Amino acid sequence: MLNSFMQMRLKGLVILAVIILILPLFMSNPFHYDMATQIAIIAATVVGLNLLVGYAGQISLGHAGFFGIGAYFSAVMTSNYDWPPLPTLLLAAALVGVIAWIVGRPILKLKGHYLSMATLAVGFIIAIIINNEGWITGGPDGMPVPSFSVFGWELSSFNQYSFLGMEVNGYKAWYFFAGLLLLLAVWVAQNIIDSPIGRALRSVHGSEVAARVVGVDTARYKSLVFVISAVYASLMGSFYAHFTGFITPHIASFEHSIVLITMVVLGGMASTFGVILGAAVLKLLPQVLADFQELEMMMFGLILMLTMIFMPKGLLPTAQKLLKKKMSRKKVEEQA
Amino acid sequence: MFAEFIQYLFTGITIGATYALVALGFTLIYNASHVINFAQGEFLMIGGMATVSLLGMGFPMPVAIVLAVMLAGIIGVALQRFAIAPAKQADVVTLIIITIGASIFIRGIAQLVWGKEYHVMPNFSSDEPIRLFGAVLNSQSFWVLGIGALLVVALVLFFTRTLMGKAILATSMNKDAARLVGIRTQMVLMLAFMLSALLGSMAGVTVAPITFTAYDIGIMLGLKGFVAAALGGLGSGVGAVVGGLLLGVVEAMTAGYISSDYKDAVAFSMILLVLFFMPRGLFGSRVVERV
Amino acid sequence: MSKKLLRRAGFLAATLAAGIFAGAQAAQPIKIGSFLSVTGPASFLGDPELKTLEMYVERINEAGGVLGRPLQLIHYDDAGDASAARNFASRLVRSDRVDIIVGGSTTGTTMAAVPLIEQARTPFISLAGAVVITDPVKPWVFKTPQSDRAAAQRVLQDMKDRGITRIGLISGTDGFGRSGREQTLAVAPEMGIEVVADVTYSPSDTDMTAQLTRIRNTPGVQAVFNFGFGQSPAIVTRNYAQLGIDLPFYQSHGVASDRFLELVGRAGEGLRLPASPLLVPDSLPDTDPQKRVVQAYKSAYEQRWNTQVSTFGGYAFDGLMLAVEAIERAGSTDREAVRKALESIQGYVGVTGVFNMSPTDHNGVGPESFRILEVRNGQWHLIQ
Repeated sequence: MLNSFMQMRLKGLVILAVIILILPLFMSNPFHYDMATQIAIIAATVVGLNLLVGYAGQISLGHAGFFGIGAYFSAVMTSNYDWPPLPTLLLAAALVGVIAWIVGRPILKLKGHYLSMATLAVGFIIAIIINNEGWITGGPDGMPVPSFSVFGWELSSFNQYSFLGMEVNGYKAWYFFAGLLLLLAVWVAQNIIDSPIGRALRSVHGSEVAARVVGVDTARYKSLVFVISAVYASLMGSFYAHFTGFITPHIASFEHSIVLITMVVLGGMASTFGVILGAAVLKLLPQVLADFQELEMMMFGLILMLTMIFMPKGLLPTAQKLLKKKMSRKKVEEQA
Repeated sequence: MFAEFIQYLFTGITIGATYALVALGFTLIYNASHVINFAQGEFLMIGGMATVSLLGMGFPMPVAIVLAVMLAGIIGVALQRFAIAPAKQADVVTLIIITIGASIFIRGIAQLVWGKEYHVMPNFSSDEPIRLFGAVLNSQSFWVLGIGALLVVALVLFFTRTLMGKAILATSMNKDAARLVGIRTQMVLMLAFMLSALLGSMAGVTVAPITFTAYDIGIMLGLKGFVAAALGGLGSGVGAVVGGLLLGVVEAMTAGYISSDYKDAVAFSMILLVLFFMPRGLFGSRVVERV
Repeated sequence: MSKKLLRRAGFLAATLAAGIFAGAQAAQPIKIGSFLSVTGPASFLGDPELKTLEMYVERINEAGGVLGRPLQLIHYDDAGDASAARNFASRLVRSDRVDIIVGGSTTGTTMAAVPLIEQARTPFISLAGAVVITDPVKPWVFKTPQSDRAAAQRVLQDMKDRGITRIGLISGTDGFGRSGREQTLAVAPEMGIEVVADVTYSPSDTDMTAQLTRIRNTPGVQAVFNFGFGQSPAIVTRNYAQLGIDLPFYQSHGVASDRFLELVGRAGEGLRLPASPLLVPDSLPDTDPQKRVVQAYKSAYEQRWNTQVSTFGGYAFDGLMLAVEAIERAGSTDREAVRKALESIQGYVGVTGVFNMSPTDHNGVGPESFRILEVRNGQWHLIQ
């Protein structure tokens, strides 16, 4: 049972890796790589958020705030104070982790949707600070971000690299790097789900009171997951900033928080691969709808609404269910 | 000094009354279904925009207002009937996302029908400002306050005096028990949506002469209403009203005495303080979990 | 070299493919890319800008195009969101491979797209205001609206002419307001004006009475200047009238449209603002070289769209016309040649002003191109 569980996990990772490797065959210009890279980074953020929403059953309405701290901390420190990007990004993540712990620990002792209120407030405060402290963040008009570099090796989508004798464009290098980040994010998430924390959280899903009675400190586990998901957001925010090269306070806004949550629910809560699909769909939809101009907003809303009404479990879980049904029907037919 | 204070106070209470009505709308739906209805702000927008466009067609103001509010009510019912009810087995979070989709959809249609521009709506009565203790007040402020108070009283009477109101209360307390005693919970849910649409659109109509109105005005007013509801403890009617007024007054006082830059941050810090020290909200009820 | 060849080959393949689908075409179109905030909070900028671009691309094509080639407008709506703008800019330069970009309604959307566009070496004419866009000069980035610094200078100059030295400033916390506030605070001491009260409002505020009361109660204030755009300045204006403040009141060019007059009604009487002559084409003296251009644009726009012209559409008009002028001067769509041609445009008479570009000035219009208008009897009135 456990073995097959692990196998399924591994299979998922391998499939994802294969998709990341094959996708370039369908991408004909740097713009496609550009979008794919962003999707990978956002998807990794959402994989983290899904731990909170899908497994701890808590909604964060301020995750973009954590994303924003990561992005702005990296941007400000590397550009104004010449800090090296990698340590900066880790420090930002640690900072966000501490903030999340301070907010989450007392709030998550309460039963109910109080975390969503608290994160709403924290997210807004972060966004307001970023917006107001223009002397350091560039204010509402945003600020440029230097490219990412480790040990003097610079990763910029505008550079050229040679790798094993191959000439690789910077945007392709970023794409594969982001793909790697996503794989890593998924792998870590799966390990958390399989760890004692994950098991404890699954027990919470059954009945919190029962879990508490048998001695599971549910609040502690929930806060831990909250911290982990916030750290995910901060790390990916930093990478996003380095990749896009320019950030505005919008990435820390309430709207962006809602987009992140929507990706989770649309793709399928508690389905790690589902939420990646959710991120891709929601990121690509505006590009697909761009030609409809005036109708774009209405269509976006309609699509979102209809998908959720008819696939309340999310895209991937619904598709899986349909597939399973078809398979079993086939089996029945074959047997008959 | 005193005149200044009165000025800030009235400014705050006026806008706070609007927040309170929106917050009440959130509370109604939240109590009936645990859904945070992110389309709440759109009711406000429909109220204002429909009134303006009906006025443009030559309807007299009272008729235009009644029609606009009715339109919002119908859309509220439709939202429940066609978007929330069909997704029966869905998680609450899924329902919340549906309301987000609905809000974008409604806004998209409004933009097509009414355009993207801001519109003026005339005051209900005279344009002349009213002077009180040295403060200058827009006459529309009194309409906002009066209608707001009236709606709150009507709501209280509805919930305490009518069978239907009691049915909603019962459902919000215990869905299964309510169903057992013969209350049709779907019906109750629909009623909750309709009521909150009526409240929202009335707020939208009364405040439009002060704020102007446009297809996207619902985003910001809706959000402020939600913040007010959170401040008062989501799910409490009294909390919604107090939260709304408090939010409005704090905004005005901060803008007046301290700085407008961090005015919104003050409101959000208050939410955090309330959560940390009065976790049930200012007026939230104690929830006993059944096993 | 090989990269260039490869790009050429890719381009050839793409246009070939397009040719097959669109049927054989006599001449390859010149691709004008654009990303504008047609919806969202800045739609009052993007909407007239898009209408202007669409209309004049049509007109130019009817008249035979540019260099014998038709223009093709490729447009995306960024809804005022900088990340979306950046992505659409990426699409324009990398996927659509446009020859030149005319767009970027707000400073935020423009600046988010700049790094990409600079790297792709595509000429870019922005329609946004802040001074950071062209100062410091970026080789590939130009802009048509006067900078917010110029607006601040023009307003303060007018105040000085009226003998005002102490003012109250109220500004929005959005990009436009923030940048405008900074520029005003920077310019004021140079011009001998003291900002004694400095308050802000957020774009979601629905009542600015508290902020204005604060300014009113600051001793020594002789005039009030509101730097903001959208509906907020209209609310400020109405609150200002309500409070009965009878000091001279100034708005910025961010609200220079007839729409604003409708929103504020009687409350706007007497306020002044810097604007392009577009709002008062007929009051210009006949000797003014801009008069003909402005009148022609205004009547063409109003006929075609049946709605009032706005200053912001004028930015797009100038942007497109400068692009066309540069391509014609360059004799091709070669990017470096077009960029050089843009840099060398002198004395070009546009709707916004007379443009004098140079390698050190990619904006080309200064504070003198602003006219000071006053609202009298619900109409814009040119102050000579």
